[in-house]
Amino acid sequence: MMFAVASVAVFFAMGMLLIRVFLGPTVYDRILAVNSFGTKTMLIIALMGFLNGRPEFLDIAILYALINSVATIAVLKFFRFGSLGGSVNVPPIDEPTS
Amino acid sequence: MIVLEIMSWILLLSGSFFVVVSGVGVLRLPDVYSRMHAAGLTDTLGTALILAGLMLQAGISLVVIKLGLIGIVLFFTGPTSTYALANACLGGGIKPISTDGTSIDLNHDVAEDRSSTGS
Repeated sequence: MMFAVASVAVFFAMGMLLIRVFLGPTVYDRILAVNSFGTKTMLIIALMGFLNGRPEFLDIAILYALINSVATIAVLKFFRFGSLGGSVNVPPIDEPTS
Repeated sequence: MIVLEIMSWILLLSGSFFVVVSGVGVLRLPDVYSRMHAAGLTDTLGTALILAGLMLQAGISLVVIKLGLIGIVLFFTGPTSTYALANACLGGGIKPISTDGTSIDLNHDVAEDRSSTGS
């Protein structure tokens, strides 16, 4: 019963965040909402595991937590530099003079 | 056992309260920096309280270690991604708004004001 109550609360917050993802005036609002949505996804997976009596779901929750942070940093880097890899906008490093 | 149940109820309900407040705050607050503040509520208190409530329900097993691992991962990645997001917002030229709804000029020299008022 207590897991169901917590799950309903997390689902409600996820709905609020989805509205913010669609409304968000800037791209940073959307990234923020998606990041928070990922954290709540992890919470809901853990709660669902306990609700169904199978706490092995927690492995998947750890995976989601790791993917979420990497995805946020990657999307931020993409919007900041316009590219994910290499040295597109970075000035070249000076060669050491010996 | 009944004490554990009551403690678990309290922790899960207060965690759910913080999660709901965070969701409403992200929807309702006026600009991206204040929304960041609301979203940080989930990353710290909401997640910690709900994970603690689940730990009390799990008993002494490997599940408690996994829940603690999730807590540690979120403890480090949440502030990191929030910092990166705020840094990207400032670099992207988004200005924080003040209480009267206007934008704050970030190049405004605060130290100059302080010395001119003589405090």
